Order: sequence, then C-alpha cells, then structure tokens
Amino acid sequence: MSMIIDHVSYIYGEGTPLEHKALSDISLNIPDGQFVGIIGHTGSGKSTLMQHMNGLLKATKGHIYFNGEDIYDSDYDMKKLRSRVGLVFQYPEHQLFEIDVFSDVCFGPRNLGLERKEVELRAYDALRKVGLDDELYYQSPFELSGGQKRRAAIAGVLAMKPEILILDEPTAGLDPKGRDEILGQIKRLQVQTGMTILLVSHSMEDVAEYVDRIIVMNQGRIMLDDTPREVFRYYKELEEVGLAAPQVTYIMHALREEGLNVDADVTTIEEAAAELVRVLKG
Amino acid sequence: MGIIRTKDVVFEYIRRDEEGNVEGIVKAVDNVSINIKQGDFIAVLGHNGSGKSTLAKHMNAILNPTEGTVWVDGMDTKDEKEVWNIRQTTGMVFQNPDNQIIGQVVEEDVGFGPENMGVLTKEIWERVEESLRAVGMYEFRKHSPNKLSGGQKQRVSIAGVLAMHPKCIVLDEPTAMLDPNGRKEVIRAIRGLNQVEGVTVILITHYMEEIIHADKVFVMDQGKIAMEGTPKEIFSRVEELKSLRLDVPQVTLLAYELQKKGISLPNGILTIEEFVEQLRLTMTGRRTTVE
Repeated sequence: MSMIIDHVSYIYGEGTPLEHKALSDISLNIPDGQFVGIIGHTGSGKSTLMQHMNGLLKATKGHIYFNGEDIYDSDYDMKKLRSRVGLVFQYPEHQLFEIDVFSDVCFGPRNLGLERKEVELRAYDALRKVGLDDELYYQSPFELSGGQKRRAAIAGVLAMKPEILILDEPTAGLDPKGRDEILGQIKRLQVQTGMTILLVSHSMEDVAEYVDRIIVMNQGRIMLDDTPREVFRYYKELEEVGLAAPQVTYIMHALREEGLNVDADVTTIEEAAAELVRVLKG
Repeated sequence: MGIIRTKDVVFEYIRRDEEGNVEGIVKAVDNVSINIKQGDFIAVLGHNGSGKSTLAKHMNAILNPTEGTVWVDGMDTKDEKEVWNIRQTTGMVFQNPDNQIIGQVVEEDVGFGPENMGVLTKEIWERVEESLRAVGMYEFRKHSPNKLSGGQKQRVSIAGVLAMHPKCIVLDEPTAMLDPNGRKEVIRAIRGLNQVEGVTVILITHYMEEIIHADKVFVMDQGKIAMEGTPKEIFSRVEELKSLRLDVPQVTLLAYELQKKGISLPNGILTIEEFVEQLRLTMTGRRTTVE
C-alpha cells in the first residue's frame, strides 16, 4: 500500500512552440505513513509532480501506481483516487464558499454520495483534527482569521478521509505561531492516524523540524532524496539551485570553521543546543 | 516632523449582519502615534489580524483614520486635494507579485507609474532605467513579466514604485510567496533602496531574520503598538515575542536556549558572526561584561 511513481515525464504544450518539459524521468516510492517534504525553487516542478499524484495531470511518459494499481489503466476509477489523495492548494482559504464553516467542510464528503449522518460525522472529525474551536463551526468562513480559515480549508480535504495528504505551502502568509500550530497539527495527524503527508514548503526551517524525508527538485528532476540531516549536508549545492539550509546549519558550519569540533549536520535548534552543551560542558 | 507621522490614530471596521444592522465595531488600529524619520528602515511585526496592514494602508491614504491624524511629508491624508501627492510620496508593494504587474514587457510595466504622472517621455525612460538598475533587473527590461521568477517579479514591482520617485516605500509582506532565493533577492534590493537611494522603507513581514538590519522595529498587537525598539532590543525579549505569536531568528533562539542551559551569552544576538564571536569569548573565558 503506497504510491510508486515510475519513470514519469511530463511536457506542457507538447507539439506547440511553447513546449516545456516540466518533469524528466521521475521515479519515487512513497511508503505509507511517511512525512515527506518537497523543496525546490519556483518553477522546479514541485506543483506539477503533486498534480500527477491525484490525477489532475496525466504523465506524458511513465506510470503511477497507487496501492498496487496503475492509475492510467482504462478501468481505473480516478474519482476514487482523488478522494484518497487529498490535495490542499496554496491559499486554500480562497476556495471557501459556503455560508458557514461546517457546511463548507461537508461539501466534499457530500459529493462522495455518503449518507448525511456519515457526512456530518466526518466533518466534525476533520474540524476537530485541525484544532478549530467548536464555537467557530457555524460562523461564516469569511469572518475567521487567516490561520483559522486555512484550517477550515484543510478540514474540507481531511473530511474526504484521504490516505495521502498533499499540502502546497500551507503556511504561506501566516504568523510564526500560526505556522507552528498548523504544522504541529499535521504532524500529530501523521503520528496518530498513520496518514502519509507530502509537504511542499519554501521554509527550510519548517522542513527540517517536521519531516522524515526531503525530496529536492530542480529543473524537473529529483536532485536529492534523503533525511533532512543528509540533504542539508549539501547546503552549497542547494544554494546553487536557489535553496538554502536552515540557519542553524550555517551556524554549526561557522563554528566548525572556527575550530570547534561540533557535529555540523544537526538541522534543528533543539539538536544544535544539545550538541553545543555537550561540546562546551564536555 | 518625520516623513510619516501618526497621532492618536484609530481605525474602526463596522461589522454588519445579513440585514445590514450593525453587529459590532472592531478597532483594527487603536490609538497609534508614531513618527518615522526620513531615510529610516522601519520594520513592523505582528500576528495575523494585529492591525499591521490596516496601519500601512493609512500611510498612503488608501484608508483614512476614524479618529486621529496621519501626516505624510507634512500633508494630512484626510485632505483630498493632496491624495495624489501623498501617493507619489509613499509607494506600496503588496504580497502577491502577480496582482501588481500589468505591462507586457518589464520596462513598460515600470514606466506605467511615471507615465500616469505626466512625466516627459525622455525622463520616463531615464527613470525606468535607474529603477531597474536599483533592483538589479535592468538586464531583464525587454522580458515578459510572466516568464520571471517570483523574486524577480517582486523586484519589478518595487522598480515600478521607485520610478515614481517616492520618498518612502511601504512593503506589505513582499516575500511571503517567494522561495529562499527570491526572498534574499528582494531583501537585498530593499536594503539597497534604503542605503544607496536613501528611500525610507517600512517593511511588514512574518520572517524575523529579514529585519535584523532595520533601524527600528514596531510590534503590533490588537491594533496597538505593543513593543518598539531596535532589532537587538526587540529580539532580546524572546518570551514576550512568543506570547504575541511571533518568533526570533534561529541564531537568536539558539543563543537563548544555550543561556537557559547555563552558558553565558549576551541577549539579542542577531547574526551568525556575532554568535560565533560571543561563543568564542565565552569559551576562552574572556567575557568581561555580560550585557
């Protein structure tokens, strides 16, 4: 049970003068329950790749297998795929439209043709999972704060009970606390329900803090695919493709250059503090 | 008087129900008095809904205060005759670059502002060139804005404002949608504008590391100015910032965590160089004063 992407390529506008190769020969295996970060500069192919995962785009070449089935088989049920692979776009709050938060979250499961009771149970469950206060359930979604709106929108996708949840920069424009709250909730979701999470992010600090594995995209290809510790070891190569490492990585490298024998591969503040205490207090 | 001054400014939103009856009044800006000096680099922090953007919109007469007064270069923003002069004095750059670019070609987009001001053609071209050079986008002048990266588009937006020769630029989360490189490019361009061109900069952001070079930081909460000081002073107050849903740069936080574990370091370390230097002093036991 997992998603396998097998030699996938995608060309926008094939056969036209604007032809552009967005993905080149991508192969990935995403096992159940993993928290995966996807990083890459604007235009590196991250969003194109994500849209393949729930069938919004069809690969020009290659295959995608979800739970062992080829999603490009003529009798494959794309609708089922889309309910199992939930996609939260950038600024998802722009897609809120119902009169109250609760109805908005019900919209997805209702369209799956479920019974009313099941729809409402799922909506309550999803709203609880994103940590939205119940006094907000019957308010207009437009009266919520930025962070609350975003959570309501994520709940709308969770109510579809996806096995894989893909989030495209879910924290853009939120204040630091709002960022921590949303990512903390997503992490809990992954730990408690075993849901697979794919997080597209421009924040190296966030990625280092939360994910098990990082996929680095560049020019439609996978440049690196490993744990945060291993990936950020290549901080110079990352800079060349418009990315960076968390600031803490640079601090540790600067200390090493000063002759302090610290482990420069730590990627979070917590790890760095522990490492420095170890070295300083011996 | 500074380039931008506010006195006892209050801004109220009136909330109405579906029938149009008044449900309540929200004070988005609550009694704010600030004075911004010409040539300063000012940062405004605050959580979502703290009133930062509402206050910023008062700085070029997009909004007018419910109570109190805002002066831009001595002009009262409530004076309708001065609106165009005010908007030429203070330019604004918003979060989403795609909403701010209208031209088909970069140089055409940048020329739009001065053209509307009735600047002579020859001078428009001069202004376009100098503005694009100031943000490092001159070599892209013949490109289509659609083909640029987010950071490049945002720099074109800044050039478009710069071509109107403002004394002051207000940037409302200009890097929120950008990748790390784009963020770096835009922040570098903004600092250049301030230091080389002498333009007053007011930067609103949620990224703490972007404001370590600011002359002064205002932190907003519930429409009020909750904290005010240099970056060093502000970032020394880690717990207070966290209680306002904000944060400090990673290097500041690491130093703070080490302090808590009994390692002697001064408060408010802002850069990696400073951190390395201070840690060296600590290790060699040569720190004489703990700030």
